[in-house]
Amino acid sequence: MSGRVLVGVKRVIDYAVKIRVKPDKTGVVTDGVKHSMNPFCEIAVEEAVRLREKKLMKEVIAVSCGPQQCQETIRTALAMGADRGIHVEVSGKDYENLGPLQVSKIMAALAKKEEASLVIVGKQAIDGDCNQTGQMTAALLDWPQGTFASEVSVDGDGLKVEREIDGGLESVRIKMPAVVTADLRLNEPRYATLPNIMKAKKKKIASVKPADLGVELTSRLEILAVEDPPQRQSGVKVESVQDLVTKLRDSGTL
Amino acid sequence: MLLRKVGFSPVLSTALRLAPSASGSARPAESSLFTYNGRPYASQAAEAVLDKHATGSETAAKTSTDKKTSDLESKSFAVNMFKGQISTAQVFPFPSVMNEEQTQFLSELVGPVAKFFETVNDPMKNDELEKVEDGTMEGLKEMGAFGLQVPSHLGGLGLTNTQYARLVEIVGMHDLGVGITLGAHQSIGFKGILLFGNKQQKEKYLPKLATGETIAAFCLTEPSSGSDAASIKTVAVQSDCGQYFTLSGGKIWISNGGLAEIFTVFAKTPIKDKTTGEVKDKITAFIVERGFGGVTHGPPEKKMGIKASNTAEVHFDAVRVPLENVLGEVGGGFKVAMNILNNGRFGMAAALSGTMKGVISKAVDHAANRTQFGNKIHNFGVIQEKVARMAMMQYVTESMAYMISANMDMGASEFQIEAAISKIFASEAAWTVTDECIQIMGGMGFMKDAGLERVMRDLRIFRIFEGTNDILRLFVALNGFQNAGKQLKGLQHALKNPIGNAGFLAGEISKRAKRKAGLSSGLSLHGTVHPELAESGELLVKAIEQFGGVVEDQLLKHGKKIVDEQFVLKRVSDSAIDLYAMVVVLSRASRSLSQGHSSAQHEKVLCETWCLEAHDRIMNDMKALQSSSSKRLFKNLRAISTAVVENGGVVSPHPLGF
Repeated sequence: MSGRVLVGVKRVIDYAVKIRVKPDKTGVVTDGVKHSMNPFCEIAVEEAVRLREKKLMKEVIAVSCGPQQCQETIRTALAMGADRGIHVEVSGKDYENLGPLQVSKIMAALAKKEEASLVIVGKQAIDGDCNQTGQMTAALLDWPQGTFASEVSVDGDGLKVEREIDGGLESVRIKMPAVVTADLRLNEPRYATLPNIMKAKKKKIASVKPADLGVELTSRLEILAVEDPPQRQSGVKVESVQDLVTKLRDSGTL
Repeated sequence: MLLRKVGFSPVLSTALRLAPSASGSARPAESSLFTYNGRPYASQAAEAVLDKHATGSETAAKTSTDKKTSDLESKSFAVNMFKGQISTAQVFPFPSVMNEEQTQFLSELVGPVAKFFETVNDPMKNDELEKVEDGTMEGLKEMGAFGLQVPSHLGGLGLTNTQYARLVEIVGMHDLGVGITLGAHQSIGFKGILLFGNKQQKEKYLPKLATGETIAAFCLTEPSSGSDAASIKTVAVQSDCGQYFTLSGGKIWISNGGLAEIFTVFAKTPIKDKTTGEVKDKITAFIVERGFGGVTHGPPEKKMGIKASNTAEVHFDAVRVPLENVLGEVGGGFKVAMNILNNGRFGMAAALSGTMKGVISKAVDHAANRTQFGNKIHNFGVIQEKVARMAMMQYVTESMAYMISANMDMGASEFQIEAAISKIFASEAAWTVTDECIQIMGGMGFMKDAGLERVMRDLRIFRIFEGTNDILRLFVALNGFQNAGKQLKGLQHALKNPIGNAGFLAGEISKRAKRKAGLSSGLSLHGTVHPELAESGELLVKAIEQFGGVVEDQLLKHGKKIVDEQFVLKRVSDSAIDLYAMVVVLSRASRSLSQGHSSAQHEKVLCETWCLEAHDRIMNDMKALQSSSSKRLFKNLRAISTAVVENGGVVSPHPLGF
């Protein structure tokens, strides 16, 4: 086991920002809008760094795919404790069409190249909400996966992963190398302290192109339109259950 | 005689009247012009900061007028405006000092610091407990917030002044109590070590101070020594062997007094003058460790605001301070104190610009959502005026803070007038803005939960500490007069050799003649200010010309006694503040327009509106000073005060007779 953990981090619009749809309906406004690391990716980085601090892993590599600004996100990961970063340069039209399929191909290629023992990603990104990248990466690598992890521990040459599923909690044991996706309660990410941000400046970020990894980026999806959800209509208060039933019947719901 | 020979205009003759009183026979130039009852005045602070000898009297005598001419070529805008001149070097274009790496680094720091203050720090809890919560203190230390400007090789972040300002702005926006805890520690507490410490002192103390393992405090104020810092009574006597000092005395209202390990203490040291053998008491700065023994502190003071910040008495009982712990030179302590305070002032303006931003958001949020009389209240003119003025004041404060920090980063040595102006303006603007925010929010604003009353209470001290605004106003005015006086002295000197200085003199005559005739002296900001702001630029030019003229007239009228004319000094100072405010917004708005910022048009309106009102204020004040009724006004004010003081309270008997 190489003891290398590959962590995928995505640069998304900050969760506190009020999203505005572009007038031409091709997407949301991103220019001049505050961006930060996807919250689930922060949890993934935190878990990876903790594994290294417990000496269960040796090196944490943070990866991000996108334009130049992604380096800021990688630097945040470095400030949290990742050892080095890899920036996969994707820009323009390619970036607009970048989805879980393309990213997972990149992650799979990097996992093989870096001989990673473990790939950790957030369960989903707060912009796409796809919840596919981790799973696809595992499938492409033919590695076991522990998704929606709320607890991860090393068990011999494998991992014990506690998963949050609809019915409750499920424990699985998977052999390494494996892919894990981080859920909300996995951990509480540390604050990047200012001295660590300073130290992170000295850590390396390597740049690489998808073509170098043998990955082609054509998308199988075409976005037709992006629109605001319909305005919520105000409700009606009724006095009794009888009234409620009548109203429901009238509206055709019953 | 000389006058008639060379045919000078009567305008210039008044300049000669200055000659006998000011040049003085035995007593020399700068310092004596402004001593009052033999005790150094606010201008001594100016000199201390300008790196001249603090006491001045013996040494300044030697300085020739030639040396003084180099002082005349100051790049500071404020220094020059008192002479009716415009020096654009430090103010146009709006300085941008950070390189790409520094900008990138700073942008990475802003996020985590903001997040910490939004999620971890609880200002209400800190205020309630009257201390910074333990967890928060730990978090701040881990975050590196205690050593922002300590060089990185000694364990700090090595931030420039501009970077420091940006982070302090975030602290100011959220919790001024924490802001003072941090500021008392690094902005003044151990700043002396950064500015005046030798290598050994820096290496010994800075690493632990940077991580917050040890906390620092600045100990100057005593029960009988507040504004009059030179009158402190704490004493440090050097041992016979010379290896240590014995320090005794009591300091009051020391921020971090109850927490600190390392104290920068100012004490009077008896010093034997080498030439005269006379023993004089001069102030020396010391680095005192609590561990030296004899250092005790009192319980935390109960305050109106910044309750989370620890304020306590600190007593020194025959504390042995090694010779190596003298900070700067023995006897050079006043200069150390003034430089420390001067150096940290921009931080206050930065923090308060953040505070104002925060409260303005709250007020605007309320105004945009509150409906009364069938309308959202932000549609009513009264509210609109409040919001607009708040926005302008914040814009001015922010512009001052970042211009000064940039000037300091650029290596400017002369910024003490500007720094003082920024402290006065920021503290008063923040008070007014927060007051108006509470007003906009009505009853809600008065409630604890809204969070505004705490900010209001926290803000009150900012007009008092680190140099009360009243003293700083005198400082600004006297410092300005001093420089204007030097110019007149230079003029006098030139008059002694009119042929050799004919060109210079001709210019000076024509300038004054034009001024007397109400014409512009040819100053212009054309080409400096963005063309869209040309009109406002003109207002500034007119105001400076008027200001310079009045300054000169007042100086000629009062001479040395200008020091006593505090009514005049205050008004001159207010105008000086308005002038500097005008120039900073002109510079900033010009830059935004040149760079085509999306907010540039809004900034243009802010700038124009500010300049219109400031110009009018200045012109009115200057007119009032020149009018004969002002003298009567001051006399009346003085008479009222004397009577009330004599009576121990209001004099007029009750309207009801009992």
